Amino acid sequence: MSATGDIVTAGNALTEPGAAGFLQRYEGLRARFPGQRLPWLAARREAAAEAFRAQGFPTRRVEAWKYTDLAPLTQAGFGEALTSVDGALPLPRAAAPRRVVFVDGRFRADLSDPEAPVRNLADHLGAAEGLLGSLARTEDLPLVALNTAMFEDGALIDLAAGEDGGVVELLHVTLADRPVAVHPRHLVRLGAGAKLVLIERNWGHGEGRYLNSPVLEFEVAAEAHVTHARLQQEGKGGIHLSTVFARVAEGGTYDSFLLHAGAKLARSEAHVTLAGPKAAAHLNGAQLLGDGQHGDCTTFLEHSAPDCPSRQTVKTVLAGKSRGVFQGKILVDQIAQRTDGYQMNQALLLSDQAEIDSKPQLEIYADDVKCSHGATVGELDENQVFYMRSRGIPEATARSLLIEAFLQEAVEGVTDETARAALAEAVAGWWEKVA
Amino acid sequence: MLKIEGLTAEVEGKEILKGIDLEVPTGEIHAIMGPNGSGKSTLSYVLSGREGYEITGGSATFNGQDLLAMEPEERAAAGLFLAFQYPVELPGVGNANFLRTALNAIRRGKGEPELDAMQFLKLARERMKALSMPEDMLKRGVNVGFSGGEKKRNEVLQMALLNPSLAILDETDSGLDIDALKIVAEGVNAMRGPNFSSLVITHYQRLLDYIVPDRVHVLMNGRIVQSGGPELAKQLEAGGYNSVQAA
Repeated sequence: MSATGDIVTAGNALTEPGAAGFLQRYEGLRARFPGQRLPWLAARREAAAEAFRAQGFPTRRVEAWKYTDLAPLTQAGFGEALTSVDGALPLPRAAAPRRVVFVDGRFRADLSDPEAPVRNLADHLGAAEGLLGSLARTEDLPLVALNTAMFEDGALIDLAAGEDGGVVELLHVTLADRPVAVHPRHLVRLGAGAKLVLIERNWGHGEGRYLNSPVLEFEVAAEAHVTHARLQQEGKGGIHLSTVFARVAEGGTYDSFLLHAGAKLARSEAHVTLAGPKAAAHLNGAQLLGDGQHGDCTTFLEHSAPDCPSRQTVKTVLAGKSRGVFQGKILVDQIAQRTDGYQMNQALLLSDQAEIDSKPQLEIYADDVKCSHGATVGELDENQVFYMRSRGIPEATARSLLIEAFLQEAVEGVTDETARAALAEAVAGWWEKVA
Repeated sequence: MLKIEGLTAEVEGKEILKGIDLEVPTGEIHAIMGPNGSGKSTLSYVLSGREGYEITGGSATFNGQDLLAMEPEERAAAGLFLAFQYPVELPGVGNANFLRTALNAIRRGKGEPELDAMQFLKLARERMKALSMPEDMLKRGVNVGFSGGEKKRNEVLQMALLNPSLAILDETDSGLDIDALKIVAEGVNAMRGPNFSSLVITHYQRLLDYIVPDRVHVLMNGRIVQSGGPELAKQLEAGGYNSVQAA
């Protein structure tokens, strides 16, 4: 890596482990956070830090965290991300024609396409008032509180009514050469009838320990349509804890796909509210977990208006000693008549040391509702493997093709071709790499 | 070509093959006939390398190579092909992708250049036409939603593409109507030649009206009990398997 420029060494010491260390860092950095001259933002950060102090990191005693242990996060110290690194970086091939790049939580104009309809949050915080924190709750979500207190930068995408934002890749790179903790904050607002395909990619360079804990907020106005393809490809030692909020107005669509492929420990939470009639949500996903990896896909979907469809297919493939978690809650408010909800989660166990925990949860207060859900756990069919091998296909390729076939149903739901191709590329050949 | 000597095999501790001796010379088609439970399918699986069968004795060589020591994909690359009695469905795996992956794996094994998508499609379409297969079968998942006859034709298509030197047809006639049977038989007959051998495993004589074998072997209770020319199949048809046992 050819990193040049001035590296701020003062902050390289590691904090003490646990919430106390993060609070220490908050105190130390407070004066330097962007936007501290904006009273609304300073107050929000302060309140969020307080909320985090009150809650601490979640433990497995908290019901929502029963299956995911944050020990790798809370038992280690993390270092400062206050470095400025310039120059060339090894970046993955762009997944979309227009890409914006963040490194260690900060915008890199030199690596980003100026034509992309994206501004960096740190320099445009004035425009974020009323948007930042409009959806993200801090009182019961300590990681969101921590992000709100500590974020330094992120993407701001604000599309006017009818505007088509095209296909944009939002790449966040963490350099895992030091145990940094970064908390990017991305804000997306679509005016009525606006359109956007956002390929959000979290990519780690190196194998060391670090924390990337982004929070995203999506305000989707009436008849607007956003596709949100998420590729979590963190480094081997990375901890990825992300939270997405989306609120969809009448006739709008939040169409998302989450891929967990990297990280040692990953949890992605989505909190989606269908707020107007005929709003739609797709919360599809796939987790590819190899030996030593933990992946947790947790979603909360609230139908709070009538005539809304929601679709969720999440597939998890587990190899070696890995653990997968799926928690999917659908809440149908009393007003949400004629809700059409579908939830399916399926796991493929490739090893007898792997474990999947699946917790679907339906809470329905309306009486005219169509909601179905299902869960399956299976193994690869050895008849299928033999059939392919008898045709000359090597065993690892045969298994790989069958794993891709298992995932295909979920990936096929992504309608945008660029996003689907990026996901397919990330999935292709996974087994041959981990086997 | 194929030489089996004293082959014994067990499934879950139960001896199924009790000493098979069989030789299929290059360029010949041999039929194995036998009642249900005689060990026909076990023999085909043992030869193609399916797991779950324990070889307890004997040997099988293929062009001088120790067949039983090879992985299934190595046997395929060496020129062995098994047409399944019950072709397996592969949902989500496109037939074209499957066929091309298999063909290129075998071509790699032979040191031949791989075919790109266009070259493959041209070849596949040609072979499919000969088997009266609709072209959209390439786009569908492997054997998914295929009728029984379509599945068997897909087996013969795979054989035609992979161009093996020894094809084992495991009850390929089961579940076929007479038209499909003729198409399948034509597919096999088209491959006949000095470098192609086949072991046609069947319960009924019917298939052998269309694929006329050089030799017929009767398999009963894990052993070849009688061998003869094509007329042996007719004799079985007339007198049943009991007539052989008595003989």
